[in-house]
Amino acid sequence: MALELHPLEQFKIEPLIPLHIGGLDVSYTNAALFMTIIVVLVTALLVLGTKRGALVPGRWQSIGEMSYEFVADMVDTNSGHGAEPYFPFIFTLFMFVLFANALGLIPYSYTVTSQIIVTFALAIFIFMGVTIVGFAKHGLHFLRFFVPEGVPLLLLVVLVPIEILSYCIRPFTLSVRLFANMLAGHTMLAIFGGFAASVGLLAIFPVAIDVAIYALEVLVAALQAYVFAILAALYLRDALHMH
Amino acid sequence: MDLASAKMIGAGLACIALVGAGIGIGNVFSSLISAVARNPAAQPQVQPFAFLGFALAEATGLFGLAIAFLILFVF
Repeated sequence: MALELHPLEQFKIEPLIPLHIGGLDVSYTNAALFMTIIVVLVTALLVLGTKRGALVPGRWQSIGEMSYEFVADMVDTNSGHGAEPYFPFIFTLFMFVLFANALGLIPYSYTVTSQIIVTFALAIFIFMGVTIVGFAKHGLHFLRFFVPEGVPLLLLVVLVPIEILSYCIRPFTLSVRLFANMLAGHTMLAIFGGFAASVGLLAIFPVAIDVAIYALEVLVAALQAYVFAILAALYLRDALHMH
Repeated sequence: MDLASAKMIGAGLACIALVGAGIGIGNVFSSLISAVARNPAAQPQVQPFAFLGFALAEATGLFGLAIAFLILFVF
């Protein structure tokens, strides 16, 4: 390439406190640092914000209450009744992903959700949890989920494997969706930033594009957190009510 | 063909995936506009679904774009 661009350098994981336990590398990395910051921030917002418990909420209490109501409403409409015990899980997921995406937008910070292993860990736990909920609630009857109703026997031979495959592929699509969004968005920002550094006075055009992409990224950060949470809620509905 | 040009061609081909995302996003919002134009009262109910559809359609295109970036800058 004519230009020396290294847009993927921002995703590099660097150990801050090297730590090896029995051949396993469990170093405290910059990704772990940002996950700690996210947890501290979310906890501070919700605990300190609502500590006063005022009848007329202040700014911080409003943010906490609005996010709570937003997710509670979403779980209520998408998971059906009987999903209330799982609301804290969905709410935690939403706040974690939202803060991870939003923190990543700050220049020189680290986007935790741009690591496939982070999003995949979240998604596989959603998948396993939802499957366990389904089997615990319906027993082996849950397997009927893979058998569409009112379909001729001959078609079932084709449809059942497709249903099983589309069920098992969920953690992959769920994690890759969030990961690809974050990776592509941040890489694009870095690429246009790299153009700006190399074209002198014409840099105003790449910078203008960067501003537009940044605006889109703010939208995407919130939207992907919403999509991640709403899909978890929809999967939960499948397990609780089967169709 | 040397490896560098093959990488460029591959990255360009991977970006074709964005055609589908463009069609999908346009479809989502055109449907939203015609739905709201016919029944403005339905806007609060259909808008969240439109944004959900936008995010899902956009993600499929970004799979291709992410692959293009990986081809260009990783391998």
